[in-house]
Amino acid sequence: MASKTSDIPLPSRAEPDALDWRRPFHSMRFNSLLLLVFLLALWEFGVRFFEVPKFLLPPVSDVLTAMYRGLNTSPFAKDGFWFHTYFTLAEILIGFMLGSAIGLALGVLISEIDFVEILLRPYVAALQSLPKVAVAPIIVMWLGFGMSSKVAIVCLITFFPVLVTSIAGFKAIDTDRIDLLRSLSATRWQIFTKAKFPSALPYIFAGLDMAAAFAVVGAVVGEFVGAQAGLGVMILQMDAQMDTGGSFAVFIILSLIGIALTALLRAVRRRVLSWMPADPSQRTVSA
Amino acid sequence: MTAAPDPSASSDAYIRIRNLSKTFGAPGQGGVLALRDIDCSIAKGSFVSVVGPSGCGKSTLLRIVAGLLDYSEGSVVLDGQPIQGTRRDVGVVFQSSILLPWRTILENVMLPAEVLGLDLRAARERAMQLIHMVKLDGFENKLPRQLSGGMQQRASIARALLHDPKILLMDEPFGALDAMTREQMNLELQRIWRESGKTVMLITHSIPEAIFLGDVVFVMTPRPGALERVIRVDLPRPRRMEVMASPAFAGAANEIRSLFNHTGSFD
Repeated sequence: MASKTSDIPLPSRAEPDALDWRRPFHSMRFNSLLLLVFLLALWEFGVRFFEVPKFLLPPVSDVLTAMYRGLNTSPFAKDGFWFHTYFTLAEILIGFMLGSAIGLALGVLISEIDFVEILLRPYVAALQSLPKVAVAPIIVMWLGFGMSSKVAIVCLITFFPVLVTSIAGFKAIDTDRIDLLRSLSATRWQIFTKAKFPSALPYIFAGLDMAAAFAVVGAVVGEFVGAQAGLGVMILQMDAQMDTGGSFAVFIILSLIGIALTALLRAVRRRVLSWMPADPSQRTVSA
Repeated sequence: MTAAPDPSASSDAYIRIRNLSKTFGAPGQGGVLALRDIDCSIAKGSFVSVVGPSGCGKSTLLRIVAGLLDYSEGSVVLDGQPIQGTRRDVGVVFQSSILLPWRTILENVMLPAEVLGLDLRAARERAMQLIHMVKLDGFENKLPRQLSGGMQQRASIARALLHDPKILLMDEPFGALDAMTREQMNLELQRIWRESGKTVMLITHSIPEAIFLGDVVFVMTPRPGALERVIRVDLPRPRRMEVMASPAFAGAANEIRSLFNHTGSFD
């Protein structure tokens, strides 16, 4: 709210990322990059020097070659990365959107209608404590090896964080804001759209952030359990062929998907919550 | 500064409160009696201050008149109609400004127009006039957090006036401000009230503020809040800060303080 200490602009941290070529070590981004190069070199030479078997830990160069081979393929080649990435990405995006939409809708119903809350609370609590990946095999059994079972798993796994954070967001609303709208004879719908929903948005975005991270996990686990295509399937195939370099290359792609999803969400959040002071909006509840 | 008898007898009563009581929770067992037998009336266009010790139920009284809270016994009649929930012709200024942080100042001031479905173009014009009246010109497009506490509270006064309510209810609106800003705001509120001709009910815990602004000061007892005395303030308008040094002002202040002392509730 208005006059609290959080509104006082914090002195911005000394900008450590500005790279000054005369003093490169003052840039933490440069230092991070340097550390990466160092670790990769240590890995490459360590593996070669100690003659670690390639199926246990491939040298970096093998990972890079596998990456190049995987990407240098037609989008429809079943042994290429593009084909499988497309499947996994589609499962993640569809599942994420469905799951978070249902989670948000149910969050609204539970926090707006007492009857629904009393009815569903125990089920939500019970299901919440269940590790969602445990039901992945059953879902694959029900829905088959196609994409739908993976979408369902991603949906289930993204549903809960959004549900829980949106309920928390609607509960945390400053009752003064509701009183203000009530004093203007606002309808229930107006109170919701003009006060409750915007107030809950920071919470909802925290839930979406968590859901995005879980979505990738859900898709890969689903594909491990049973699928015809997808990066999880690729990992299983490569492991069977002891192509560890290939597996590592897939790990990198999965990480990039996660990073891209999070970055996209951050961009949307920055836009939607542009009114928030920059600092607290950077704080995220991460999985 | 006469300790007037209950002025509810006057025929021009705009807000009339009769034998009003409020109990929170179940009456009798475990219920808390917050207001007891309040009987008063407020004339149209007048400025009424309500003072009382902390927790005496002043805010409860205001919330009942605003229609935000129901009451247990008695009656509240506003412009000839018994109160049943909130009304469109009432504007409320709360203890904190309650500006919505994602809306600009102009958008915040426009809120009542959106909620009440007024003509937005006309409302926008009026909003700009009100923003000018509360001296926030140039801040229309700023976010609330970019304004000081006093400016935020001024914006909330502009918002409360947007739909041109006949009655302005103010619940300790300046409590969070420093003494200097507060005096400034008192002067401005007097000016706004004189310019707009509203009926104002101001809840405050500041005795000087109550006297400075009020035509009438309602003094309340500690909980359960009852109306201890109604004090008329016959100082000429517009009042300036110097009036606080006058004997008449001091007399009224002392009268209120002695009432608080008498009831053992000086706060």
